[in-house]
Amino acid sequence: MKNMIRCAGETVKGIWSLFVGLGITGKYFVSRKRTTYYPRETVEKAAADSFRGPIELVGTPKNPAIPKCISCMLCVQACPSNCITVKKRPAPVMTAEEQKAFDEALARGENPKKPSAPKDPAVYTYDFTYCSLCACCVEACPVNSIKFSHELYLSGTRREDFNIDLLARLKRTAKSAPVKEKAAPAPAATDETPATEASA
Amino acid sequence: MQQIFDFFTSLPPMVLDVIHLAVALVAIIAFVSANAIVLVYMERKVAGFVQRRPGPYEVGPQGVLQVVCDAVKLIGKQIVRPTHSDPALFWLAPVLAFFPVLLLFLPIPFSSLLTGWNPDLGILLILAFAGINVIAVLLAGYASNNKWGLLGAARGVSQSVAYEIPLLLSVLAIAMMTGTLSLTNIVDGQGGWPWQWNIFLQPVAFVIYLISVFAETNRAPFDLPEGESELTGGFHTEYSGMGFGLFFLAEYANMVLVCSVATALFLGGWKGPFFDGPWWFMAKVYSLLFFMMWVRWTYPRMRFDQMLNLNWKWLLPLGVLNLLATAFCMKFFPMIAKIFQGGAA
Repeated sequence: MKNMIRCAGETVKGIWSLFVGLGITGKYFVSRKRTTYYPRETVEKAAADSFRGPIELVGTPKNPAIPKCISCMLCVQACPSNCITVKKRPAPVMTAEEQKAFDEALARGENPKKPSAPKDPAVYTYDFTYCSLCACCVEACPVNSIKFSHELYLSGTRREDFNIDLLARLKRTAKSAPVKEKAAPAPAATDETPATEASA
Repeated sequence: MQQIFDFFTSLPPMVLDVIHLAVALVAIIAFVSANAIVLVYMERKVAGFVQRRPGPYEVGPQGVLQVVCDAVKLIGKQIVRPTHSDPALFWLAPVLAFFPVLLLFLPIPFSSLLTGWNPDLGILLILAFAGINVIAVLLAGYASNNKWGLLGAARGVSQSVAYEIPLLLSVLAIAMMTGTLSLTNIVDGQGGWPWQWNIFLQPVAFVIYLISVFAETNRAPFDLPEGESELTGGFHTEYSGMGFGLFFLAEYANMVLVCSVATALFLGGWKGPFFDGPWWFMAKVYSLLFFMMWVRWTYPRMRFDQMLNLNWKWLLPLGVLNLLATAFCMKFFPMIAKIFQGGAA
């Protein structure tokens, strides 16, 4: 008897659930569409900002064209698919005068410092075709120099289009981005100048 | 004009009947094809809207020409027959699936005048010939020389055979109540207002009928014979081009057919509150078709044992009880039925 009542209750509940399901799809049927009609419309910015696109570098507050990156190679090690390539800058070769001053200081028994290599990377490339967007590099970066871009409509016609030079990309975005008052003028940033920035 | 009219009236009645049948059949072929196009478009739009997307959109305004493109593509495709399949049966199956359906539209009363043929046993004709569809599914699966096809056919046959019983029981209840097997007479027995329809007296039969036809037409949630995830295409896995196209047409024709029969049996046919006519019939048929699509895009596919359990343990006993109750009422309280039927007449 108890079983029968339970069975009947379950049946009623099951039949009721059918109507609940019809109600949900019926409501969706009459409600607004949630898709974007791509070639003619694009997703609004708020929605695109939640999208995880290929990674990009973060510029320093002073000069947005120079990455915060200190070439520590942690991202290269953290990447499970080895899609990041970073090359450090070599230490600058001392001029003859500097070498002489260095040798003299050494002879005096002081502890002179060789000019150190600038910290920012010489090469920072990234192969998006291998990237799984796992965020390991973003988490590994000690100076928060890596973030995900929100590039929703990325497209290319060749493999090489997705082998991205992130330094060049950073320079491009720094140029096109509106310059903040505090930030240093970006266009001056070229490969010759970054040593001063990196040491700062 | 008068001469032509005189010529036709001078013909013997048998010849006139043959002409009538031929015209009806041609009209039905046109009707079924036109409906298939409308229904495919409607199905895809309903699917889109239920999933909150626009559905076909690109070809023509709101994508209305999409179906035409698909049809042209389907016709243009090469028809391939797998090796080691049975050629005769393989080609017979799609033909057998589609053409009997045309015959089934003959006794459907679209209005008091628009009836292809009004035999005394119209509903029996439909139920009898509907069984040919099962044979077509079986042949298609068997002749394909394909495991998926064979499994789909086995499922289709066991499902159709099982669900024919509650379907018959629900139709029998109506037949017992109205005392006729002619669809025209059944519609005549009902009135225009919803409380004068048979669904008001036989709601249980209507529900059983509706559930059974979902299974009979292989529609979701009972679309196991062609369950894509398990059987790729089920019984029509090996059919390409118009071989598949005929099965596709047959499915939509069958949908229109079962909804037409439901309209005639339960929903007052071509009668409505105002202006009786075929527009009421079509409105009711399309409401039912919309419901079938709504259900398809709401419920997941049932498991095979669940589906047969629903049939043998629920619908069949319910149908028998409903039939017994109907018989009891008709025998001992004929007054009740008289009142309702009096209101309808």
